[in-house]
Amino acid sequence: MSDPETDDTGEGSESDEENLRDNVGQRFGRLPATSADREVKGRASREEVVEFFNERFGIEPAVFEDFSFWEKGKGKIWIFAADNPSPVRIEGLGMTVLRTRQEHWKPTHSAVQRFGRHATKNVIDLSPEQAATFARGEDQDLPEWDGDWGYLIAAHELAGEREPVGVALYVYDELRSTVPKGNQEALSVL
Amino acid sequence: MNPLERYAPLVDDREAFFDACERPLPSVVRVNTIRSTPDRARAALDEEGVGYEEVDWNPELLRLDERGPGTSWPYFHGWLHGQEEVSALPAIALDPQPGEKVWDSCAAPGSKTTQLSAMMDDRGVVVGNDNNLGRLSALRHNAERLGVTNLVVTKQDGRNFSLKPFGFDEFDRAIVDAPCSCEGTIRKNPDTLDQWTLEHVHSVSAIQKGILSRAVQATKPGGTVVYSTCTFAPEENEAVIDHVLETEDCEVVAFDCPLESRPGVTEWEDDEYDSSVEQTHRIYPHLNDTGGFYCAKLEVTA
Ligand SMILES: C[S@@+](CC[C@H](N)C(=O)[O-])C[C@H]1O[C@@H](n2cnc3c(N)ncnc32)[C@H](O)[C@@H]1O
Repeated sequence: MSDPETDDTGEGSESDEENLRDNVGQRFGRLPATSADREVKGRASREEVVEFFNERFGIEPAVFEDFSFWEKGKGKIWIFAADNPSPVRIEGLGMTVLRTRQEHWKPTHSAVQRFGRHATKNVIDLSPEQAATFARGEDQDLPEWDGDWGYLIAAHELAGEREPVGVALYVYDELRSTVPKGNQEALSVL
Repeated sequence: MNPLERYAPLVDDREAFFDACERPLPSVVRVNTIRSTPDRARAALDEEGVGYEEVDWNPELLRLDERGPGTSWPYFHGWLHGQEEVSALPAIALDPQPGEKVWDSCAAPGSKTTQLSAMMDDRGVVVGNDNNLGRLSALRHNAERLGVTNLVVTKQDGRNFSLKPFGFDEFDRAIVDAPCSCEGTIRKNPDTLDQWTLEHVHSVSAIQKGILSRAVQATKPGGTVVYSTCTFAPEENEAVIDHVLETEDCEVVAFDCPLESRPGVTEWEDDEYDSSVEQTHRIYPHLNDTGGFYCAKLEVTA
């Protein structure tokens, strides 16, 4: 294919980080299956992404079996329902799912809304008042949580079932809402 | 003069037509089945005390009593998407199946695109294309909000769309929800007609012919192409279909229209169109209390 992301010099597949090509901003590159297959510097592998969701939230790897994972720009990971030749220059490929290349990987709001119901841990169940505060994008004191710090899935009950609201950041007895500005909403206390 | 006067000879009940055009449009939402079910969405609206009425021909469409859908929990969760009732029609006519490859040539802001994804259980590929960057960002935002993962977004001119970025070279189905003079959206945007000129109708008709031709070419033999507009102008509807019948390998096929409609017209001013355009559908605002619409279904023959 044209527009390769890796050098086609045939100099072998030794994974010397120095020889890896830089990630290029405006195109999507498929994540390598494992870190041993890595050809783009700093790019997460599919295995690491699936493992992240499993370890942090207990989401079974089987949930992601039929999807492919892509990086566009440094550390912006997208999830796509099918596959496509890589790399590819287009405007969008599936949905954003994760930010890597920072100390703590952060799932996106849309990823948590779409896949969060498969989570079995690090889910914090909010009361109706807390959920409304969270959806407005506001931080709140929540000293009673005695689970992990870091990124959590905030959930509430709607129409008789648990439904993820968004990504929370829990630090120092405080629950911070990371609901993106464009999605924040003043909603009723159910 | 009101440009809509042009179409008075085409409608059976002139007064009802003009009256309907002056009334505001009901606020309708589509349940996003990627994220929820009609049952759960209705239960959530009930919990929140939001009044609605089911649209009788489609359980996924709900007519809200008052406010827009933007401020309710089910909307926040991506269970609902604001979409006019009549705008749900082209995707239903296209009938995409899970796993197929579908091209939406004029996709932004994505009401029909995301409906196609939902009908395909978010499997296979929907290529959502538009040539307007600002509108594409609205498409991306809507797709994210609704949790769509099978959408590829491209920015190309639909008239010479290239499949080079993909690992396939033809689509199973395509939908052309064309740019148009938007006369049928008068109930939503009362000043739509202020800019109306016959020159614009003719120039947009040329673009429509170009995009629809490309859609037929890019679709496999035996595949389906649906063409729709929100205008009454035959220049932008039957004339466009008539053009591709002559220049491309395709034919008009009949489909059951769940809304009350009138057959496409075979004569307009000095022009005559292929008789098969009678199997296409014109929807006037007074027929079902919706916006105005036109929808045609084609089968690719070679
Ligand atoms: C009727 S709107 C589409 C609405 C959309 N299908 C929906 O349901 O939300 C028509 C779109 O065609 C786009 N458009 C106009 N000329 C185009 C061209 N030559 N190629 C591709 N898209 C074009 C416009 O930017 C506009 O977004």
